Amino acid sequence: MKTSEATLADKELGLGWHPKRVLLILLIFSIVMMFAAFTSGYIVRRDEGNWREFDLPMSLLFNSIIIALSSATMQFAYFSAKHDEIKRTNLSLLATIVLGIVFLFGQMHAWSDLVAGHTFFGGADANPSGSFVYVLMGVHAFHLVTGLIFVAVVLRRSLKYQVHSRATLSIGNATLYWHFLGGLWLYLYLFLLLNH
Amino acid sequence: MATNLPVSAQSQGGVGTAPVPHTEHEDHLHDHEHHDQHWLWKYVFSQDHKMIARQFLITGMIWAIIGGLLSSLFRLQLGWPEATLDWLQPLLGKWIEGGKLNPEFYLALVTMHGTIMVFFVLTAGLSGTFSNFLIPLQVGARDMASGFMNMLSYWFFFLSSVIMFCSLFLETGPAASGWTIYPPLSALPQAIPGSGMGMTMWLVSMVFFIVSQLLGGVNYVTTVINLRTRGMSMSKLPLTIWAFFLTAILGILSFPVLFSAALLLVFDRSFGTSFFLSDIYIAGQALHNQGGSPVLFQHLFWFLGHPEVYIVIMPAMGMVSEILATNARKPIFGYRAMIGSLIGISLLSFVVWAHHMFVTGMNPFLGSVFMFLTLIIAVPSGVKVFNWLATLWRGNIRFTAAMLFAIGFVSLFISGGLTGIILGNATLDIQMHNTYFVVAHFHLVMGSSAFFGLFAGVYHWFPKMFGRMMDEKLGYIHFWLTFLGVYLVFMPMHYVGIAGFPRRYYSWTGFDAFSQFADLNKFISIAAILAFFAQFVFIFNFFYSIFRGRRATENPWNSTTLEWTTPIEPGHGNWPGEIPAVYRWPYDYSKPGADVDFIPQNVPYSQTPSSNLPYERELSE
Repeated sequence: MKTSEATLADKELGLGWHPKRVLLILLIFSIVMMFAAFTSGYIVRRDEGNWREFDLPMSLLFNSIIIALSSATMQFAYFSAKHDEIKRTNLSLLATIVLGIVFLFGQMHAWSDLVAGHTFFGGADANPSGSFVYVLMGVHAFHLVTGLIFVAVVLRRSLKYQVHSRATLSIGNATLYWHFLGGLWLYLYLFLLLNH
Repeated sequence: MATNLPVSAQSQGGVGTAPVPHTEHEDHLHDHEHHDQHWLWKYVFSQDHKMIARQFLITGMIWAIIGGLLSSLFRLQLGWPEATLDWLQPLLGKWIEGGKLNPEFYLALVTMHGTIMVFFVLTAGLSGTFSNFLIPLQVGARDMASGFMNMLSYWFFFLSSVIMFCSLFLETGPAASGWTIYPPLSALPQAIPGSGMGMTMWLVSMVFFIVSQLLGGVNYVTTVINLRTRGMSMSKLPLTIWAFFLTAILGILSFPVLFSAALLLVFDRSFGTSFFLSDIYIAGQALHNQGGSPVLFQHLFWFLGHPEVYIVIMPAMGMVSEILATNARKPIFGYRAMIGSLIGISLLSFVVWAHHMFVTGMNPFLGSVFMFLTLIIAVPSGVKVFNWLATLWRGNIRFTAAMLFAIGFVSLFISGGLTGIILGNATLDIQMHNTYFVVAHFHLVMGSSAFFGLFAGVYHWFPKMFGRMMDEKLGYIHFWLTFLGVYLVFMPMHYVGIAGFPRRYYSWTGFDAFSQFADLNKFISIAAILAFFAQFVFIFNFFYSIFRGRRATENPWNSTTLEWTTPIEPGHGNWPGEIPAVYRWPYDYSKPGADVDFIPQNVPYSQTPSSNLPYERELSE
């Protein structure tokens, strides 16, 4: 077909994504950059010496499993919404929130394990190596709280029957963000396992 | 077919038959037209991109006056180190002691001048104003992707401004360890008074500033990606939009890194960590901090800091390209090369940060890698300069005030850029690093040029912003005073820099090697203060013209881009009817065979048979 002016003016534009999806993806990129800064700072600092080795608490493994599970329930919620199974959507969103909260408490517990292992955040006995662990976990936890708020907002919408197969934007965005936060944690965990 | 259809149908709960991607905004538009808005929502908590742009502009102008005033104050000290400054007592109060400027406060003045100019004026005031104003108007959108986030972006900036402004009045003074806030100086409150409360407020203010930049940036990018009108492909975007788009991407990728650095610094200052601190004795006391690395901070800071200088200059480059083409009545030379060089500058800006750190004792091999990458930036910069000059070449130039400032921009960018090649060399930089040569370099290439871009933009788009024209005569006076002022300040400054005159010194009279430059310093100070006062011509012109200026026409510069197809004072939603579709690139000036010397982007080829090129003729059939 010859390109005529009419088809030119109607040419497909954009990525075919909703603006809100694009906004979210861009914000995710900025969070990625923040953690890229922290983890590359970690490596640069470690290579300069005077770096105290520390033991990662086992509870982090448990937390990682929890967050992976919560990603599964979130995906299931999205799936159910796509098939108009509203009740199942609500339940799995709730499960995601519960698992998210369990994860946060698990991280707090891991902090007390770290303290018990004499890895401190600040003070005379602290070394940047340990402080970095707290910062990575803390900043991730902060973002996880924002993720929980997002999922809770979606749950509220879903309870009002505003989330269904023809209105999957909000739950789709929440799912994307939640998977990102889970993936980010798994990356951080792996990073700390390999570099402590 | 419109691509947004499935999604917008989704978000609307199934409104099905929208032919264009703008259904939501049109619905929105009608909501507002039915009732008059309360002034609070119209002028203060506005979600309209044009009002937010004006808010950014006026806040930026207030900051520019403050930043300029601070520089005049420290230029007084540098120009007349022996003078008694008692007459400043009413303004500075206890910072004048026995007729002398307090040395601590001198450092604070320099720090705040840098912070204010780089972040509050040339980042928020420049790209905040024009990205907001021009992106929706030039891509053909009703508003930004998220008006609410856009409003938040301004108010976070406002909050950040208020905090920074308050810090000027602290008893211990504002932050005083340079705009780059290197630890350990900035991390230890007991080091200097300026590292106390002033530094804390600086950091808090910057956190809000970063939030503001991110909210704004994601909005700009989304709007450019998603909300372009029919026919507006990326290869038909005006260069302004390309520049704002890439600037916003740089901001999204680099400001989070500054946030990381600031957060770690906050922990070091207030929570006893040692990310940047190690082995420090202060006032005879050993600090507990062990194992930190101050150089790590510099790496993190300059990973933002270098893209930041492009965040400052690229919007100016985009606007200058647009203004040069319009007023030379010629297509921009090398449109695609202009886009390519912007992309090249953006990519390179992330891999050159360590050229700010040649004197940190870095491995010379690493230094030469960064030197190599830095010098490559001369290539895209050279492409841009060449294209601007080629655009002017044999053009039918209209010397409007905007055009003068655009040409001034090119001049300053060349003059300042040449010394960049010198400073990009590690060996030369180690020699020059702590001299006024560096100060002169970046004030020309980044500070003054970006300011010229800002002025050019204001003079050019003022008619669309306020529906009136600025006074051209006052514009000429403003231009010549500023242009001469800038060169008279910074040319001698290069010279004293090469001679070894050190920067950051409060007083240099104790050194025989430097006291011979007393006259030149006095000269620089006089020029700087005159250039500062010249800006009041602009301020007067600006505010006078808002209320009393000559009424503008719809398209006073005979320009081709979409913003000039809106009414004289575009309302909420920008176009009263349907958004125009776009058929051609934005630089159809003086096209051979055309009836007029400009063809707007929304004119189809079928209406311009006399000027169509062979392949365009095919399109119109």
